[in-house]
Amino acid sequence: MSSSPAVGPGAPAGQPNHLRRFLTLWLGSSIVALPLVIIFIGPLLGPAGGNSAETSGEITDMKVLVGVATPIILLVMTFLLYAMINFRQEQGSVLEGPAVRGDARVQSLWIVITSVLVLAIAVFGTVRLESESGDGSGSGPKPLTSPSGPKIPVQVIAQQWLFTYRYPTYGGVETTSLVLPVNKEIEFNVTSLDVIHSFWAFQIGVKADANPGVDNIAFSKPTREMEFEVHCAELCGIWHGAMHNEARVVSDTAFESWIGEQRARLAPATKVLPGYSRTYTPEPLRRAE
Amino acid sequence: MSLLAKKVLGVTFGVVIVGLAIGLYVADWATSFPATVVATPVSASAGGGSNLTLQTVGAAGKTVSPGHPDWVSYLVKSNGRWVHSTIYQVPANSVVHVTIYEYDSASGLRNPYFSQVQGTVGGTMTVDGKTVNAINPESPAHSFAIPELGVYVPLEGVSEKEEESNFCEEAPCEPSFHHRTITFSFRTGKPGRYRWQCFVPCGAGTIDGFGGPMQTLGYMDGFIDVV
Repeated sequence: MSSSPAVGPGAPAGQPNHLRRFLTLWLGSSIVALPLVIIFIGPLLGPAGGNSAETSGEITDMKVLVGVATPIILLVMTFLLYAMINFRQEQGSVLEGPAVRGDARVQSLWIVITSVLVLAIAVFGTVRLESESGDGSGSGPKPLTSPSGPKIPVQVIAQQWLFTYRYPTYGGVETTSLVLPVNKEIEFNVTSLDVIHSFWAFQIGVKADANPGVDNIAFSKPTREMEFEVHCAELCGIWHGAMHNEARVVSDTAFESWIGEQRARLAPATKVLPGYSRTYTPEPLRRAE
Repeated sequence: MSLLAKKVLGVTFGVVIVGLAIGLYVADWATSFPATVVATPVSASAGGGSNLTLQTVGAAGKTVSPGHPDWVSYLVKSNGRWVHSTIYQVPANSVVHVTIYEYDSASGLRNPYFSQVQGTVGGTMTVDGKTVNAINPESPAHSFAIPELGVYVPLEGVSEKEEESNFCEEAPCEPSFHHRTITFSFRTGKPGRYRWQCFVPCGAGTIDGFGGPMQTLGYMDGFIDVV
């Protein structure tokens, strides 16, 4: 047995055991980096965790994902740096190094490990979207799971180039403003009147495609009073970049007051709106035929 | 110079010329905007603010839009003549008085929500002198909306009967043709560039009626430059 742990069996005499060295470096850097990345970088990759139940869940998800990704990134980077430093061509050398041929065991191991990781992350992500702290998996009008307890439905109607919001439990009033009560579970019924749009309320952890003729359900439970922005996240025409609006999460009292004002102010429009429906298929208009 | 060198030089020269020509064409296209038309100031003794006079037409016509004569369009009055532009400059923190002569026939709104007048002074408009706060959602030919300012005004179209005779087929349209006269005022706030658009799907023959003139500056959308 060699007296030096850095020299292993099979290694030429006087040569270090590169595999052992590399594994030591990789594991050491991972042990140091992993908690730092999870604690300091993970929370920066999503919306502020305290905005809603969903954003808190998303922060947890981000920590898990960067936790999985960090050792892989370090594996690749450590290997690259180690190879560059230890296996560089010596100055003045005129001979190339030994030919490198594929290693079926390493290749198989790499494919198996990455496949398992990608599948595991896909399953993890899907399960988390359907969990109590997820906003839904974009499974359309029949979500696989639904948060427990009562929900306030808010219909998001996308059209070129504006979102309008309809509150079916408040007389079906439709507005251009999105205002939500704090600490209430909101069921967003997202649809479109024309092309494909996407309702993206990043700060409360919701993103759902708005497809014509489809009721795409997503959930969010805002947990603090705040202002947030809504953007369209699907290229939908010349004014796609301008398809955004400010929104608010307010107290119960302020919400009741606001919705009451909207019902009174928008009574003429509400009167001519079609009855509330999960989707709308406007009659083809003469010009659009 | 060898024959090969001459060929290489010739091909290189040709590629450079074609590349420059394409680049210039694209640059010209990408930086071409309709002219900015300044709203006419109204004297303080007459109430202040500024006037903006527009017309909406079913076909821009060869005179003002040789490239797309059959597209619907807005026109704006400037120094007594109609100009094909949708970029308007208005003063900040002031009242803008808008008059729109609507010569097109009704298409109807895709979303009836926009049939209510919103964001104007008093929440109303006048249609041929009559003050209203909403119209039948099937009757608009076009609309004038500045989402960031909360302004939504439906523009009633001429009736089917009126469309049968004395209907303006090509811009600019004269007052002798059937039309609706719509007036309203809105307040501007801080300086900035605000986009405006029509919410009636009036882009004939395009996807959902929102292509062509609905997505081209100078026709059914543009900017309000508040200065």
